[in-house]
Amino acid sequence: MAKLHISTTINGEPEEFLCTPDETMLDVLRNQLDLTGAKEGCGSGDCGACSITLDGTLVCSCLMLAAEAEGKKITTIEGMAEGETLHPLQQKFLEEAALQCGICTPGMLIAAKALLDENPDPTETEVRFWLAGNLCRCTGYDKIIRAVLDTAADMRGAA
Amino acid sequence: MTDIQYLAPTSLDEAISAYAGANGTGRILAGGTDLLVQMQAGMVAPGLIVDIKNIAEVTGIEETAEGGFIVGAAVSGAALEKHAGFAEAWPGVLEGLNLIGSTQIQGRASLGGNLCNGSPAADSVPAMVAAGAILTVQGPDGRREIAVEDVPTGPGKTSLKPGEIAVSFAFPARAVGQGDAYLRMIPRTEMDIAVVGVGVNLTLEGGVCTAARVGLGAVAPTVLLVEDAAKALIGTKLEDSALEAAAAACSAACNPIDDKRGTIAYRTQVAGVLLKRTAGIAAERTLRT
Repeated sequence: MAKLHISTTINGEPEEFLCTPDETMLDVLRNQLDLTGAKEGCGSGDCGACSITLDGTLVCSCLMLAAEAEGKKITTIEGMAEGETLHPLQQKFLEEAALQCGICTPGMLIAAKALLDENPDPTETEVRFWLAGNLCRCTGYDKIIRAVLDTAADMRGAA
Repeated sequence: MTDIQYLAPTSLDEAISAYAGANGTGRILAGGTDLLVQMQAGMVAPGLIVDIKNIAEVTGIEETAEGGFIVGAAVSGAALEKHAGFAEAWPGVLEGLNLIGSTQIQGRASLGGNLCNGSPAADSVPAMVAAGAILTVQGPDGRREIAVEDVPTGPGKTSLKPGEIAVSFAFPARAVGQGDAYLRMIPRTEMDIAVVGVGVNLTLEGGVCTAARVGLGAVAPTVLLVEDAAKALIGTKLEDSALEAAAAACSAACNPIDDKRGTIAYRTQVAGVLLKRTAGIAAERTLRT
C-alpha cells in the first residue's frame, strides 16, 4: 500500500512520518514516534484514553487518520510538562492520588487541561460533563474531579 | 488487503471528481466519528477516503445579509458552539448537535456527518428538520438543495446521488417571537443514543402560535417531519388541549423498533411526552429577543 508522507507539528516540534491511508493518529504516535502516553482503550471513541489536541481542539486520536495531521499542530501528554517541571494538573493528580492503574491518566490530563484552557473556573458539574468521555475503571472519578477543581483554584490564585 | 487511497482536496470540484470516480467505493471523511468506527469494526472498507475538511465552504460558518446562517457540513460541534450568533438564533439545533458523544467527539462530529450517516436516532437531525434547514449538495451534475427531512431514506441510507457531497446547511433568519428546542430521552444523563428525540420550532405572535415545525427521531426508519403535530399547535395558545393533540400526533407518527433501549409501547408514549416538554422550552425561548 502506498504510504503518505506527512509533515506536522507535535508538541511544538516539527515532525515527519510515513503512514498508510487508513492508519490512525494513535497508531502512528505509539508505534512510530514512540509517544506511548496516549493509550488505546476502546479504539472507538468511547473511553478517551487516546485523547490529544488537534489545533487546540480535544479529540480522540483513535478516531483520526494520521494523514489528517498534515500541516496541523498536535499536542500529546508528552508535551504537558516543561522539562522536569510538571504541569499543575500533573502535580495535583500525584498529590491527591487521582489515579490508580494510570491507563486513563494521560487522557484525563489532556482533557482536563483543554477544559482549564477554555474555562479557568469550571463548576463541578462542568468538569464532570467535560470529562464524561474519559472513562476510569479504578478511581470512581471523585479524586480526579477534585484534583481538577483544586488545580483550577490554584492556577487562578497564581494568575 | 485492498489498496486504499486518501485525498484531502482544497476544492469541491476536485473532491467531487475523485469521489464520483471511485465507483461507489469512496467514503467522505468529515469528523470521522462514524467512518473510523465503521472501518475499525470492518463494516466498511473504502477504496478511497475523501477528507473534505480542507475545503473552505464545507468548514465555514457564515451569517447572511438577511440574518440567516450557512453552516458548512463538516463544521464540528465544538466550532459551532463557539459561534455566538448561531447559538443565539438556533439553540435547539446546537443542543441537538452538542448532545452527540463526548467533548472529544464534539471536536470532530458535524451536522453533515450526523445527517449523512443516516441513523434514525441522529440527535441533530430532528432539530434541523424542525428548523427547516436546507442542505446544499454538489455532485457531478452540479448543485441542488434538499430539505433536511428529505435526506434520510432509511437506516444508513440517504437521497444523495452517487458522487454527491453534502456542502452546507442553510438556516433561516430569526425574528422576535421565534424559538426552537431539542430534547431526547436516554436512560442515563449523557453519552447515549436517543430512545426518542424531538425537535420543535415555534413562532408565537401575541401568545398565539402562528407557525410550527416538529421533527421526531429514533421512532421510525428515518427522522420524521410530523406535520400533524405542527397543525395541532398552529392557531392555539399552546394550551393543554393543543399540546395533548400534538403529543397524540407524535405518538401516532411512531413506527419504532423494539430493542434493548426501548419497547415500541415505551417509545410511542415517550414521543408524546417529549413533544410537550420540548414545545414548552421552545415557547419560553420565543419570549427572548
